[in-house]
Amino acid sequence: MSWLQSIIDALALGSQLALVAMGIGLVFGVLRVINFAQGELITAGAYALLLTNDLPVAVSIIVCFAVVIAFSLAMEFAYRPLRRVTPAAALVATFAVSFTLQSIALLVWGSQGEAINFLPKLNQAVEVGDLRIRWVTIATIGVGALLLAAMALFLSRTDLGLGMRAAAADFQTARVLGVRAKRVIVLAFVLAGILTACVTLLVAVQNPLATPNYGFFFVIPGLVGVVVGGMDRLVAATAGGFVVGFATSFVADRIPPDSRAFLTSYIFGFVIVVLLLRPNGLFGRRRGAERL
Amino acid sequence: MRRPVARPAWELLGPSLVVVIVAAVGTLASSPVEFQFRSVLVNAAIVVALYTFVGNSGVISFGHVSFVAVGAFAAGLTAAPADVKPTTFPELYGFLQDVHVGNAASLAIAAAVGGVFAFIVGIPIMRLSGLAAGIATFAVLAITNNIFRNWERIGPGAKTLSLIPETTGLLQAAIGLLAVMAIAFAYQKSRHGRMLRAARDDPPAARASGVNILRQRLFAFTLSGALAGFAGGLLVHLLGFISTTQVFLDLTFITLAMLVIGGAGSLWGAVLGALLVSGLDSLLAEAEKGIGDVSFPSGTRLLTLGVLMFLVLILLPRGITGGRELSWPFRRPAAARGVEPTGSLGEVHATLRQLLRRRPEA
Repeated sequence: MSWLQSIIDALALGSQLALVAMGIGLVFGVLRVINFAQGELITAGAYALLLTNDLPVAVSIIVCFAVVIAFSLAMEFAYRPLRRVTPAAALVATFAVSFTLQSIALLVWGSQGEAINFLPKLNQAVEVGDLRIRWVTIATIGVGALLLAAMALFLSRTDLGLGMRAAAADFQTARVLGVRAKRVIVLAFVLAGILTACVTLLVAVQNPLATPNYGFFFVIPGLVGVVVGGMDRLVAATAGGFVVGFATSFVADRIPPDSRAFLTSYIFGFVIVVLLLRPNGLFGRRRGAERL
Repeated sequence: MRRPVARPAWELLGPSLVVVIVAAVGTLASSPVEFQFRSVLVNAAIVVALYTFVGNSGVISFGHVSFVAVGAFAAGLTAAPADVKPTTFPELYGFLQDVHVGNAASLAIAAAVGGVFAFIVGIPIMRLSGLAAGIATFAVLAITNNIFRNWERIGPGAKTLSLIPETTGLLQAAIGLLAVMAIAFAYQKSRHGRMLRAARDDPPAARASGVNILRQRLFAFTLSGALAGFAGGLLVHLLGFISTTQVFLDLTFITLAMLVIGGAGSLWGAVLGALLVSGLDSLLAEAEKGIGDVSFPSGTRLLTLGVLMFLVLILLPRGITGGRELSWPFRRPAAARGVEPTGSLGEVHATLRQLLRRRPEA
């Protein structure tokens, strides 16, 4: 496999996880909680696509967006009381929500998995020279770049975006300076929902088998990316997601097949090393390090 | 004033009594139900092991099930008959294929391996707190699972390790749990335990008083890892077989739920939470298999636990015990309580008592 091929594939996973990480980062910014249940948004979207298998694609997409955003807003409501508990307890609480949603999916659909029929044509590959590129890869990189650019513009050029960044940096101070707390929180969850819905569509093309833990294992690297990048800044969190996604895909392509099984260990080992060397993240600011 | 001896001892004796009662009730039960009683006791041992670190240090750990896993595989591989291992697990290291030890020795090995593993992992990770610690311990869990699943020289890989002697009867489960509780209690009342609790409640003050937080955390983590390894040994001797998926996310979630619901701040919380939630869990597991004509669909168990855990975290962030140890249920007679000091000194005493009665906020 050529280097260019590996890089293109890695870019695709990198942009997906960057979008996931940005969603997690938005929520973390306003709530100070790493949301373990972010993956269940993807699962919800996947089941929405499954239920609309027979309907036109446009309807599927709209339903998927509606369901994911609705779940995201429901989480916003459920997480309100978490402001009063310690960060560790809040983390455990989101873990509980994640498991609850997974078991609901298990109750309804069982663990076997059901096939989503969403734009299967995008999964076919085009050959350019010795490169084999799937359409969905191109779509992923395009959508990723577009959304990240749009978010960057929104966060830097609009008052709401500025308020959101201020809230992410220091929620209390932002509030004192007149940022509308409730509006910013709801907006963060809506934006996280939109980003996650886009990721869901892209992932559903590549992996058309909806299972109860569909999103959980996909999002874990994104979650890790947020921590690796730096939770305190959205840019850092997003970059972290990209780095982890890129590295996962790239390393998986380049290492010999018999050690590929241990990829998880390499990635998580890398995470531990980063946490030790830079507890505020690779791209985070050096301040208030939570380390002994 | 003489300090009543019964009080502190009761904090261990009370929960122990409850465990003995649960085990005694278990002897009366029929065979499949009796298995659930044993399973409840073993789960409680895992939760108390988890509590030994999380409760005393205030640092969250998603990784303790890796020590349970290490203990379970260590005990399982050493206790499984030597004649079948080479055929079912040809990749296994030679010494693991040849070894065959008894029940007690395999449990000791499980505890030792769990402790050593926790010590090695703890050296870097104990530096972290809060969210970073949560993610790092989760990383340990993911790595441990990944290695056991794929490195067939030391683990069963994707297969199930079976034919392990089922020696964890009610007696072994109960004695094992009581031993874990006694060690956890002795630790939390020791100098080390108190230093770690001080560091949990006020790190700068503890540090200023000369507590080496890193060292105390590492000590607790290692002890807790050894207890978790031992509990893993009990688990594998309970089930008779083990695969990597049994000691991964579900068990992590369930044991954390038990600790959080009971209250992570006290031994009583860990024991009560484990017994109640594990009892409920067993009940639901039986319900999923079907009680009489009714059977609940698979997933009911985790759904109930998830909702319960979330509600407790929101409504009672410190668990149903409020993080307090079990108190002596009977008031001592007035004479034994001593004479109340009078005058201004008496007022100071009264104020101090009130202050002490009020628990510090988490």
